[in-house]
Amino acid sequence: MIKKFVPYLKEFKKQVLLMPVFMLLEVAGEMILPLLIAGIIDKGINGGGGLPVIMPYSIGMIVLAFVSLGCGILSSKNSAVATQGFGRNLRKALFEKVQTFSFNDNDRFSSASLITRLTNDVRTIQGMVGMAVRMVLRTPVQMIASLVICLTMNAKLTIILGVALPIMALFVVKIMKKAHALFKAQQTAIDGLNNAVQENLIAIRVVKAFVREDYERGKFKKANDDLRDASMNAAFHIMKVFPVMTLILQAATIAVYYWGAFDIRDGAMLTGELTAYVGYISRVLMSVFMVSQSLNQVTRAAACATRIIEVLDSDPDIKDGTATELPEAKGRIEFKNVSFKYRTGTGDAVLHDVSLTIEPGEFVAFMGGTGTGKSTLVNLIPRFYDVNDGQILIDGMDVRDYPIEELRSRIGMVLQKNVLFSGTIRENILWGKPDATEEELRQAARDAQAEEFILATPDGYDTFLEQGGVNVSGGQKQRLCIARAMLRHPSILILDDSTSPVDTMTEAAIRESFHKNLKDTTVVIIAQRISSVETADKIVIVDDDHIAAVGTHEELLKTSPIYQEIYQSQQEGGAMPNG
Amino acid sequence: MADEKKMPPMGPNGAPPQGGPGMPPNGMGGPEAQSKYSRGKYANTGRGGGRGGRGGGRGGPRVNEKPKDGKTTFFRLMRYVTHDKLKLAIVFFLVVFASVSSVGATYVTRPMVNTLSTLREHPENIRKILLLLGLMAGVHIANTAATYIQGRIMARIALNGSNKLRSELFDKMQSLPISYFDAHPHGELMSRFTNDADSVQMCLEQSFRSLISSALTLISVVSMMVMLGRWPLLLVTAGTLAVTTLVVRQRGKKSQFYFRAEHATLGELNGNIQEMIEGLKVVKAFTHEEAAVAEFNELNEAYFQAAHMGNYYGMSIMPFTANINNIGYAVTAMVGGILTVFGRMDVGALVTYMNYSRQVAMPVNQVSQQMNMIYSALAGAERIFQMIDLEPEVDEGKVTMVNAEELEDGTYVETDHRTGKWAWKVPMSDDRFAMVPVKGLVKVDHIDFSYVPEKKILKGVDVYAKPGQKIALVGSTGAGKTTIANLINRFYEIDSGSITYDGIDVRDIKKDSLRSATAVVLQDTHLFEGTVMENIRYGRLDATDEECIEAAKLANAHSFVRRLPDGYNTMVTNDGANLSQGERQLLAIARATVAEPPVLVLDEATSSIDTRTERLIEKGLDTLMEGRTVFVIAHRLSTVRNSNCIVVIEHGEIQEKGDHNELLDLKGRYYMLYTGQIILD
Repeated sequence: MIKKFVPYLKEFKKQVLLMPVFMLLEVAGEMILPLLIAGIIDKGINGGGGLPVIMPYSIGMIVLAFVSLGCGILSSKNSAVATQGFGRNLRKALFEKVQTFSFNDNDRFSSASLITRLTNDVRTIQGMVGMAVRMVLRTPVQMIASLVICLTMNAKLTIILGVALPIMALFVVKIMKKAHALFKAQQTAIDGLNNAVQENLIAIRVVKAFVREDYERGKFKKANDDLRDASMNAAFHIMKVFPVMTLILQAATIAVYYWGAFDIRDGAMLTGELTAYVGYISRVLMSVFMVSQSLNQVTRAAACATRIIEVLDSDPDIKDGTATELPEAKGRIEFKNVSFKYRTGTGDAVLHDVSLTIEPGEFVAFMGGTGTGKSTLVNLIPRFYDVNDGQILIDGMDVRDYPIEELRSRIGMVLQKNVLFSGTIRENILWGKPDATEEELRQAARDAQAEEFILATPDGYDTFLEQGGVNVSGGQKQRLCIARAMLRHPSILILDDSTSPVDTMTEAAIRESFHKNLKDTTVVIIAQRISSVETADKIVIVDDDHIAAVGTHEELLKTSPIYQEIYQSQQEGGAMPNG
Repeated sequence: MADEKKMPPMGPNGAPPQGGPGMPPNGMGGPEAQSKYSRGKYANTGRGGGRGGRGGGRGGPRVNEKPKDGKTTFFRLMRYVTHDKLKLAIVFFLVVFASVSSVGATYVTRPMVNTLSTLREHPENIRKILLLLGLMAGVHIANTAATYIQGRIMARIALNGSNKLRSELFDKMQSLPISYFDAHPHGELMSRFTNDADSVQMCLEQSFRSLISSALTLISVVSMMVMLGRWPLLLVTAGTLAVTTLVVRQRGKKSQFYFRAEHATLGELNGNIQEMIEGLKVVKAFTHEEAAVAEFNELNEAYFQAAHMGNYYGMSIMPFTANINNIGYAVTAMVGGILTVFGRMDVGALVTYMNYSRQVAMPVNQVSQQMNMIYSALAGAERIFQMIDLEPEVDEGKVTMVNAEELEDGTYVETDHRTGKWAWKVPMSDDRFAMVPVKGLVKVDHIDFSYVPEKKILKGVDVYAKPGQKIALVGSTGAGKTTIANLINRFYEIDSGSITYDGIDVRDIKKDSLRSATAVVLQDTHLFEGTVMENIRYGRLDATDEECIEAAKLANAHSFVRRLPDGYNTMVTNDGANLSQGERQLLAIARATVAEPPVLVLDEATSSIDTRTERLIEKGLDTLMEGRTVFVIAHRLSTVRNSNCIVVIEHGEIQEKGDHNELLDLKGRYYMLYTGQIILD
């Protein structure tokens, strides 16, 4: 798992290599310190050497402190750069990966979870790396150096460590094993609580309209109590580390004093040496302690790492086509025995053996009930999803052979759930064609019947849209999305149920401008109103998972019972008995 | 993704310095926060990242935000932990014991070293050593036990305290009027539950005892030092402490400056991530991936610049304090050496003093870090209390709606079981109740309404619905149609005029009853995490499976539900992201249907449903609404044609009223709309 994250640190090789150098110097300083202290005590104070001995030792200590401070600062600097840089690179890699996702991948992960992975999970790992970078070298070096000094000072006493260390290690391993599950449970409980609150906030009107406040309180209480219990379980479990480790640490110290006392009595050791020795031994044990503490974080970060790797390793299921010789963009679309099923569901096929040809420049409308595969059908054209069976040809070539960017540049799309981005109106329309001229831009806005209201906004084209375009009405938003798609001058324009919030007159005007300005463009629309489709070259009736009928308005009125029914539903309403 | 569930775009239990872009409204965050991405919706991802703040992943002090009225908030917060006084007293005692005993353990070093120094000459002193070691062991065991026990108790107290705080917060939130939610972004409210409650919890758990123990340690260490030391040594120590405090302060200020910048840039970055991922499908449709990556990189870089500086200043505090302390130690050794050479101090005392001098900086460092934590916890608690103190929705109504049985003489009596009939139970002056049958006669009488005082939304609107009638409201976006629906439900208070149900003013009806009498289907359907069945049952919690399925059939949802992977047991996640807008609307209608309310409000409820399905639903609803009142708000005129009365509203005023044919004959606005001469927007 760790291997996967190493590349993101590569850019900071310098820092990662320099930091240990400074850190080693810092640790070395810390290691020498007790020796100097022992010198002061044994030679200066106990040994009666007096000031002439104490002075050089103390000055040495002060010099050492300055060196160590400098090293500390430099290693902080380097580790800050490396850690934050690592986070930046990882985030970037994730973001770029997500940009390669197909709609299928996107559905599979869900936006909310992708966002959490990019924000929260990256930060958790980054925090862990920061800690690891600081500890990974420092702790073992400190530990080994202390051990070596201990051995050289008094090999016999070091046996005590030989006993204490394995016990501590065993205990830490045992605690951590269970901690992982407990932290995971806590994390799940946090998600549960967040979910309860967020859901409630979003749907507060529904809650109040159905007088479900108490019901929601009950739901929240459960989530809240679950979180408390899970947190308590995790906290209590991890707390066990402290007393056990401390007691072992103290026991070892007391044992050292005990055996050391005999050595001093027998003249094998000096008092200062023993106190220094105790200092080193507690350093060894402290580093074990530190490791055990940081394992907490590691456990927590491991869960996040798994989630991130899941994204990084996912193989986008839509791969670029490799064709180099591309047919001329005319706008011919051909469905050949297409079958499709969403990967996420275990349900039935959404489309089954669909065949249909749309000629360049045709105006084709898809109609059908809620939940039939209309939207799916048009989403297959720009290859947002890949067919399970059969093939889709655009201008005679399989969509899977096109480089995706080329394929989509031929298509202008207005999605069912359309999104505007925070930015000015101009910036939003320019999404269609970033290098469009002012005249092209305004023409697209006019064609989409959007210019009038744009000019009525406070800053015209420079009016700032909030995220999701909340400060324009549904109909205005649609028209901006249509303008954005029209600016592309695509050979195929797809409008997925995008005129329903637009009134009939505006819609007629938009259609009119299609006829006028997009004569050569193939227009594919999904619509609900008869008035929207009456003039279409072809109306395609989708029922369940297949095409039920194809024809013009007049033809279908005669032959298709479904179309007749739709027609009736929109013509006769006024004459209903109680009307 | 079994464990994936729905994940809000924010991290759990983040400590504020790591915090997400959730910039609380009252002052914290600073001017840097006012950028493109911290506007509006973006302010939502309140939660920071990870739990690093607790684990110590980051060394520095936290963004320093000061509470407005710290003292009041502090005492109020204390109430959440002091209800169990005995436990708290035990904790206090144990903390005192642990601090004193750990100082005491160090003090044992003095006789120990002194005795060790004499061992060569007096080998028999080994017994004294053993005794001292035994003493040391005892002190350590007691100290460890005390620390462990108080840690456990305190964790429990703190977790219970924050649990209670969240509970109260949520309870209050449920009783707030809709207008409150209109005015406050979700992210802001979310961060009360997450950021704020977390920092309070951390503060309760750690700061309280850590502050006590730091203070005690400082006091006991200093007093021990005073006891042991001679004034030159004390001067050295005082100097060291002063320098440490200064450096901690100066570095802290720097790192706070960068942490603020970090906070702001992170807000932008997370906002960008959220927007781009939510709009991923559009990004792909327009092959805008590269531009998206470029913009992201820019923000990612800006965040990196701020974050690594903040991190650096935060982390560098440690080497500073440690090494200043070492210098102090060396100077102490020199001065102490001189003192011992001149026999003014014994060796044991000096060694012990030197040990203390290594301990003395620790509490200072700790307190300075705790203070920041306490400040941000108090500021968080203040925001939570502010919300808890808000006035709940006005609900002075006394009239309730009860299940009723019709007696032979036509009068209604209350029953405790569901009869399909209801009555308003109106309290009379003499403690008795009058029973008024719920018929669904809704009268909106000359109402004025405005969300903000200067902008009138409705002016003198009259709407009258007889039981069983279907009333349609037609008009442009912003004309006030939805507002009327919201007023019937009393989501908002009218300025003047009156709305009555069966002759009773809605202000006299208890809100719960009023809203139970009315089922609303909104244009933006919201579903809850749970199965399809549970979502339908939301309309009436005691509905059986059969009743829910029956409602689904009426709403024409049955056929698509059956085709879902697990039928009625299919999980709805992410506010129904796995269903199409039309399907969600069908479920919302089923939900309202199962409630069997006397009055039904459909606010653009079928806007995403095709007209053929809509007609099928209408047939179902016609049976359901037999004898019930329906309000329909629609853009699509085909939806409203068969209404008993169509009300055309523009600019908050009623323009025309009548049924379809009457309005056509009128040749007014409706006629023009119907024939496409004018447009609605």
